[in-house]
Amino acid sequence: MTVMAALQLAPLSCQGLGLQLAGKRVLHDIHLNLVAGETLAIVGPNGSGKSSLLKVLAGLRPPACGSVQLMGEPLAGMPRRRVAQCLALVEQQADTLDAINVFDAVALGRTPWLSAIAPFSRADRAIVEQALADLDALHLRARLWGALSGGERQRVHIARALAQRPQVLLLDEPTNHLDIQHQLSLLQQVQALQVTTLVALHDLNQALTCDRVAVLDKGRLVALGSPFEVLTPECLLHTFGVHGHYLTDPWDGTRILRFRAP
Amino acid sequence: MISRLSTCIGLAVAALLAALLAGTAIGETGLAPRVVGQVLANQLWQAGYPVDPIDAGIIWNYRLTRTLVAAACGTGLATCGVILQALLRNPLAEPYLLGLSAGASTGAVLVGLLGLGSLALSMSAGAFIGALAAFALVLVLARAAGPGSNNAQVILAGIAGSQLFNALTAFLITKSATAEQARGILFWLLGNLSGVRWPAVWLAVPVALFGLLMCLWHRRALDAFTFGADSAASLGIPVRRTQLLLISCAALVTAVMVSIVGAIGFVGLVIPHALRLLLGPGHSRLLPASALGGALIAADILSRTLISGQVIPVGVVTALLGAPVFALILVSRRGRP
Repeated sequence: MTVMAALQLAPLSCQGLGLQLAGKRVLHDIHLNLVAGETLAIVGPNGSGKSSLLKVLAGLRPPACGSVQLMGEPLAGMPRRRVAQCLALVEQQADTLDAINVFDAVALGRTPWLSAIAPFSRADRAIVEQALADLDALHLRARLWGALSGGERQRVHIARALAQRPQVLLLDEPTNHLDIQHQLSLLQQVQALQVTTLVALHDLNQALTCDRVAVLDKGRLVALGSPFEVLTPECLLHTFGVHGHYLTDPWDGTRILRFRAP
Repeated sequence: MISRLSTCIGLAVAALLAALLAGTAIGETGLAPRVVGQVLANQLWQAGYPVDPIDAGIIWNYRLTRTLVAAACGTGLATCGVILQALLRNPLAEPYLLGLSAGASTGAVLVGLLGLGSLALSMSAGAFIGALAAFALVLVLARAAGPGSNNAQVILAGIAGSQLFNALTAFLITKSATAEQARGILFWLLGNLSGVRWPAVWLAVPVALFGLLMCLWHRRALDAFTFGADSAASLGIPVRRTQLLLISCAALVTAVMVSIVGAIGFVGLVIPHALRLLLGPGHSRLLPASALGGALIAADILSRTLISGQVIPVGVVTALLGAPVFALILVSRRGRP
């Protein structure tokens, strides 16, 4: 496969991406090509620009420089509706005071596919139910938003993103604020999805289970590759300021990271 | 599904017609509904019933116009409340609290007093400009107060805006109006439906319907704002364009209603709230229900302003009825998520 063909196949890519917020440079010269079907983890310390990168890639913030391509097309010129039909974003803190029920909240994901005249069809209903089933949330369908736990809300948000039927899914720290059981099950559910996924993560051991890892440091992409090649002890010390070394779990032979303060 | 929809529409039309009929029949002098029906039949279909020409004049030129304008105002203000509450993600947003009504009053008074009308600028146009200016001021203030304009900031900015524009209106009146003009303007500012005739109907009803149809067309966009503006954008809504369009629409509807009947509060706040509790937050049901509820309540309120044989300003009655209802909603929501 030639380089050009590989680039054209990338569901989402960016070149030389930069962003300024309130006069401060938040992202510098980011180059990234997603491979179709992969789960790519973005890791980095607090304030390294993970959320900002996801927002720029989703087209919610215009970049100061550089460009983003979605399904081979420049994102800047695409109508919002077309973008939302290809790409879905789950933000970190999206909340509401409305007494909306879970089914209706997930059904919002059909918005980019519906017009003012088109009614919510049986096919749309089936897609919403499938999305709920994928996230193991069908039993929640009649519950009100305010009565959900943090983990349930996160699953509903992701189900809504899936109801958009996107080719690319961007998740901003989906395991934040969840207990360990929900963290593991949510990550498993996300990795089982047949969608190219870009996920910002805090837990580096969780990042190890992804197909590739990208490391952001002060707005720069400092490493990109397979998890064990990227998350080296040098990288951990340099970017995160901690000593780290790998242990092998005698239970199943997987390698895990253990950290020490420097 | 289809039959349920048509039943709902049938019931809504019946309720609206009954309210309009009652609003026309009730007044300083009671007129039998039969007489009202006969006059309407005469006017609309040349039915040729023998009726007193004075009764006919009162009903056709005075009572019916007043009822229709009241219903249009109720519909318009309730629709504005729904738009602003959805787009600003603020349960307290409505034209009155956000200063739109105050800005519209200033604009209308400015046009009326300073004779800008000679520049082909009507009171409604002046009110529209005033409402937009007030809203712009509120947004700038809220933005300046901090990033990510939150609920409290928008409402506080709205209070500052309405105080400023109310003061400007009062200043204009004391500076430029004669005693007679001042009395008239003050009465109009409190909400006054007694002077409306057919030209007002032809302005208020189409504008209210236009506002309602615009919102119904964008109902999915309004739903998409449930989890905030960024979430709406990632659901494919062009956020800036939608906000600009629908808020201008709300400013236009408010301005037209204010220029006809003066500033009326609480209708835009209480009706969408009450119906949201009953029907849930989905706009495909909330919008038509609020529009209908607004029309019904306004027609009812109208009858209350007149029953004592002395005309009480509409704004006074809406506040007297709306404030306790709002308090009731607040208390009943306690303990709910």
